[in-house]
Amino acid sequence: MNKLLISPSPHVHSGDSIEKNMYGVLIALIPAFLCSIFFFGTGALIVTLTSVLACLLFEYLIQKFLLKQQPTILDGSALITGVLLAFNVPSNLPVWIIIIGALVAIGIGKMSFGGLGCNIFNPALVGRVFLLISFPVQMTTWPLPAGFSNSYLDAQTGATPLAIMKEALKSGRSVSEVLSSDTLISFRDMLIGNTGGSLGEVAAIALLIGFAFMLFRKIITWHIPVAIFATVFVFTGILHICNPEHFAGPLFHLLTGGMMLGAIFMATDYVTSPMSTKGMVIYGIGIGIITVVIRTFGAYPEGMSFAILIMNAFTPLINRYCKPQRFA
Amino acid sequence: MLKTFRIGGVHPPENKLSSSEKIQILPVPEQVIIPLGQHIGAPATPIVQKGDYVKAGQLIATATGFVSANIHSSVSGTIVAIDNFTDAAGLSKPAITIKVEGDEWEKNITRSEKTDHNITLSKEKIIEAISAAGIVGMGGATFPTQVKLSPPPGNKAEILIINGVECEPYLTADHRIMLEKAEEIIVGVQILMKAIDVKQAVIGIENNKRDAIEKLQSLATKTLGVEVCPLKVRYPQGGEKQLIKAITGRSVPSGALPIAVGAVVQNVGTALAVYEAVMQNKPLVERVVTITGKSVKHPGNYLCRIGTPISKLIEAAGGLPEDTTKIIGGGPMMGRAMVNPESPILKGTSGILIINDKEGARKQSRNCIRCSKCVSACPMGLEPYLLMTLATHNMLEDMEKEKVMDCIECGSCSFTCPADRPLLDYIRLGKARTGAMIRNRKK
Repeated sequence: MNKLLISPSPHVHSGDSIEKNMYGVLIALIPAFLCSIFFFGTGALIVTLTSVLACLLFEYLIQKFLLKQQPTILDGSALITGVLLAFNVPSNLPVWIIIIGALVAIGIGKMSFGGLGCNIFNPALVGRVFLLISFPVQMTTWPLPAGFSNSYLDAQTGATPLAIMKEALKSGRSVSEVLSSDTLISFRDMLIGNTGGSLGEVAAIALLIGFAFMLFRKIITWHIPVAIFATVFVFTGILHICNPEHFAGPLFHLLTGGMMLGAIFMATDYVTSPMSTKGMVIYGIGIGIITVVIRTFGAYPEGMSFAILIMNAFTPLINRYCKPQRFA
Repeated sequence: MLKTFRIGGVHPPENKLSSSEKIQILPVPEQVIIPLGQHIGAPATPIVQKGDYVKAGQLIATATGFVSANIHSSVSGTIVAIDNFTDAAGLSKPAITIKVEGDEWEKNITRSEKTDHNITLSKEKIIEAISAAGIVGMGGATFPTQVKLSPPPGNKAEILIINGVECEPYLTADHRIMLEKAEEIIVGVQILMKAIDVKQAVIGIENNKRDAIEKLQSLATKTLGVEVCPLKVRYPQGGEKQLIKAITGRSVPSGALPIAVGAVVQNVGTALAVYEAVMQNKPLVERVVTITGKSVKHPGNYLCRIGTPISKLIEAAGGLPEDTTKIIGGGPMMGRAMVNPESPILKGTSGILIINDKEGARKQSRNCIRCSKCVSACPMGLEPYLLMTLATHNMLEDMEKEKVMDCIECGSCSFTCPADRPLLDYIRLGKARTGAMIRNRKK
């Protein structure tokens, strides 16, 4: 007989692990990835592959040589950061820019705080926003969906529905005019991802399938995404009713830009979102409001990334004041 | 929709390997060790001498103080030592060791299989009989039963809740007695109702024990005021506060006892012991214990004399498996790992679980990824991740504010944690220190 082990209870474990959750998120991202390959061709593959490899490499190097830790790149978290960073950039972004983005995401966004579990801001979004501010031209030149007839760096480009709407409203045209005249804006295309945009954000349906999968596997709860969707729906709905010609309706806002990708995959990042369900709902409402404010009143056509990063900063405060419902 | 408690909870694999094994009688061993402290509170005081001959059921140590319980001999034989022994945890504790000679019982104890339905004793006499029989909570908490039946002044019991939940995985002792001793349990419930003077009793049983639910339901319909409430399978439903919530919808306030919402909770095993004490004059000297585990050859349920070495029970189940890493007294969620398999079966031993090396090893703890799964699992609505951090920094004032004293140590947090963090280990430590801090403040 072996020596008897002594430890306090419990003596069994659910078998859940960091890897199971992380790889579960990656599986949930597969439908969106397939859509982006279908619509953006080789560019989507190259950008995603570069981003993932760069994130893994930087995490490995920093852990091994700077922090002198046992590298944990197989836990899946750097993989997710890599995929999400790629999903948040245009599919024709040059490789060297992606590598810079990966360095900022992993190096500054994650490892400088102490690695997995310690970062305040979503690493992929830190990388994305850094690139958006540093390389505004490359980051806002989106290839049009043309499948594999798109070549990586030399694709036909155009604006995203959000940018088209913003420009048109600025020049004095009305919402209904834009929706009826511009062939680049169709709700059907926005649902399946047949529009210009960052490579992983376009296919709303694919992202929603990923959401359903994560709910089914109990990787995330519904609170954050639903709070965001509901807030955006109500807020843009009120604006739209007040002035239908100047403010686009809720459906337009829900289906465009980074709304789905952000709400389902970025805002729900374990590390940077609140711990109690009440906190999650408040956090989601905050993201919804800030996004709509930036989109309709700000200079940028899209505000999802900024909204999530701003609410990330509030997470510790929310955790402090939003306690879970006690037993009694 | 089946009833259950409202917040938190987990559903570990049930692994009720021995649920269809009939209760067998474990042979009386050559020697028993009967510890003087088998209950919460002060150890009992021995009233026998070394060399004395005692009969089974004879009083050998009396309760010292209010929260204490009498101890009886479980066998007939000669007392060979009144001394310290090494208990399951490896600590030295006082006990009476008896060398077994034959099996002679005290004359006034009825040992018939026939159920006696005729409750003649008064409320006071019932509580006296229960106290004399040394009955304690058989679910594992081992709180002296007569204390629970005597509510503090100003409190009035309204409902008796019988805990037949057995939410711990693996354990089946309560399940088997509900099937095989159903009539006695129902009478025991009626006795308890009379003792606390209530008109309503509810037996809560999880829905994975359909046969026990049906069996007790068929008897309960013939019994005034007693009903059976099937519950959704969910751990830790056997926790007093969770069970009261599930059955009555009432929440016991933080720091209060069940009587604050008019409830008294007793285990089914306790109800059976109460029946035997009141109707048969039989003190608590034997109980049903589950012996189980994935590598155990013959998992089963045995009626054991208190004081029988646990190793005898393991032998009866086919011996200790090769790949044993842990022997647990109780279930896998809240049981205690033991160092000494020669230590005796106690009044509160509901099961012995043998864990093999596949289940037994803990994984390396990693960084908290703040997934909040521990928060959703906590049945008391606490934040285990935060309590663990506070405990590591010894921030006791903050732990008190975060309600650490409400923690029932069910282990749902550690069970759930994807990063394998030993949440409950630290919370338990912090809770003990916070408790000491609060007691010192009152002085």
